[in-house]
Amino acid sequence: MTPQSVELRGIGKSFGTENVLKGIDLSVRPGEFLSLVGMSGCGKSTLLRMIAGLEAPDRGTVSIGGSDVTDMDPSERNLAMVFQSYALYPHMNVRQNIATPLRMRRLPLSARLPLIGGLFAPSQTLREIDAAVEQAAETLHIPHLLDRKPAQLSGGQRQRVALARALVRSPAAFLMDEPLSNLDAKLRAHMREELASLHRRLGATFIYVTHDQIEAMTMSDRIALMSEGRIEQLGTPDELYRSPATLTVARFIGTPSINLLPVEIDAQGKVAAFGQDLGLQAAAAHAGPATLGIRSEDLRPAAEGLAVRVLRAETHGADRFVSCQLLADETVRITLRQAAGETLETGADGLTHLAFAPERAHLFGADGARRELSVRERVAA
Amino acid sequence: MTATDFPAETTMATASSRSRTDRRMALRGLAFVAPAALLLIAIYILPMIVLAAFSVTDYQLGALSIRFVGLQNFTAAMDDDVFMRAFANTVLYAVIVIPFGVFLALGVALLVYNRKRSRAFWEVAYFLPVTATLVAMATVWQFLLHPSIGPVNAAIKWFGFEPVAFLSNPVLLIPTMAMIGIWQVLGFNMVLFLAGLTAIPKDLYEAARLDGARNPIDRFFTVTWPILGPTTMFVVVTTSISAFKVFETVAVLTKGRFGSETLLFNLYLEGFEYSNTGYAAALTLIFLAIVLILSIWQTVHMDRKVHY
Repeated sequence: MTPQSVELRGIGKSFGTENVLKGIDLSVRPGEFLSLVGMSGCGKSTLLRMIAGLEAPDRGTVSIGGSDVTDMDPSERNLAMVFQSYALYPHMNVRQNIATPLRMRRLPLSARLPLIGGLFAPSQTLREIDAAVEQAAETLHIPHLLDRKPAQLSGGQRQRVALARALVRSPAAFLMDEPLSNLDAKLRAHMREELASLHRRLGATFIYVTHDQIEAMTMSDRIALMSEGRIEQLGTPDELYRSPATLTVARFIGTPSINLLPVEIDAQGKVAAFGQDLGLQAAAAHAGPATLGIRSEDLRPAAEGLAVRVLRAETHGADRFVSCQLLADETVRITLRQAAGETLETGADGLTHLAFAPERAHLFGADGARRELSVRERVAA
Repeated sequence: MTATDFPAETTMATASSRSRTDRRMALRGLAFVAPAALLLIAIYILPMIVLAAFSVTDYQLGALSIRFVGLQNFTAAMDDDVFMRAFANTVLYAVIVIPFGVFLALGVALLVYNRKRSRAFWEVAYFLPVTATLVAMATVWQFLLHPSIGPVNAAIKWFGFEPVAFLSNPVLLIPTMAMIGIWQVLGFNMVLFLAGLTAIPKDLYEAARLDGARNPIDRFFTVTWPILGPTTMFVVVTTSISAFKVFETVAVLTKGRFGSETLLFNLYLEGFEYSNTGYAAALTLIFLAIVLILSIWQTVHMDRKVHY
């Protein structure tokens, strides 16, 4: 099966009075690894379940490979899904678990019945299924587990079995609902790599739901960042990081979180923070309160700039994160990223100044939308 | 090897001090276990021993003399037509009640489980017979099945058939009582199955649908039936035990006439009507042995298939 595209048009869904999806349009290209990320409750899981057919949209259409599947049963959509809980059949051993999608599709109902089913199963088909199961197990490095029951497996092994069950029949697309969130941190990092390489090897369409932006950033070709039932931004991980379309995206993407500075745009479009001109120019039409976003790596210690008090520093191997408090408004926290060897000179009271790279700052209006920003020669106040 | 001598001595010293702590802990443990253990002995173990003692005597309730008769009571039971008939009746009763009582309850549970608003109503409706006193209910059934005044026979007659003597035709007696037994046990089993169904993770059904289980039969055999295994085992064992204990319906509906005795009813007759305490004790032991063997066999046989 060649990888298929998945198209969503105007998908809407309400649960009672709550509007959980507000008109989603999304095209997933064939063979793409697309992540749906967002806070819990943003509608990403509901959207995935609609693609799977487990949930019906109130409005809009779902197409797979160009044909409309909106009213089709999940069993007919030829999709494979990996659940957060893995959803392995506890009474079957690994071999039977992986074989289930093939048995359901290739064997007649009479051959699938318990006890007597074996009498009706064509042996040629059974041999083909066995071979496919062996190969799927091989791909995920679990041939030695085939005769075990799920209860005898670790979380990571169950994860692999769930993946093998998904890929055993070359589906049109793989749907994954937070598949790594039940694993410990180390295994999660390892499985991220494996999933990405599995995607490269299979060349299949992956739609991956996660609340963890690191998973999305590291594996995806593109990310659709969702918030409150809408797609805030759709783009490559780099696009989302370098030019977040909204304040929500800027906040969500990046570790540590982006530093946000309350600023004021005056009638000429000059951007100032706490009365201090920042040397940035916005459109005059956008005069009013706004938010300036600065990534931690775009800050550096300086002789003048934002006056801050250093609170503490954390060393993370190669990086060092310094948390500071803005003097002008003590509720504003600023994180500065440095190389581990670097130091930060402070006065006796822990005070210092930070400057930032103005061309890499992001300006967001009061409505959260991104605003154009240019660098201007600073005029002494 | 002198090097190991020293450690050996010190281990011995610590061992003796440890054994003192051990002994104290063991005593404390025994003190905690004692109330439960004594109760168990007083209300289960002792009566069983007394029962076993009676079963090898010719004791009659109120009699002044008692004589050891060995296994005579047991051999007498094997030659006792009434006992053998009661045994056959009970087996027939169980053979009808167990499969219907289990599988009808599963069917009802599946139907009721998928109701949204009416679920509570159906649960109560099916559970009511469990809460009712079977003696009273048997009287109601007696009326319902009465050949001349009962509504069931009225309906049969209305369809143009001969009235059926449910409670006097010897062939129909046990099946009729089995039907009442099913009616009685259905609600309880249904609730057990409902609890089992509620515990099945929704993910599994969804995974099965994506795996291509497009019809309910596939989903039943892929998810529902195997995961209900432990519940089913429990339901089968409890239904078997209650089937072998059938008593009230016989006592009310036929009083053992027309050859409708069951094991427990026969036991009751021997023990409390005829005051053959020794013989009744032997019958009780046989009954207990049957139920025990059956339960153990079912558990061992099914346990291998239902636990994973």
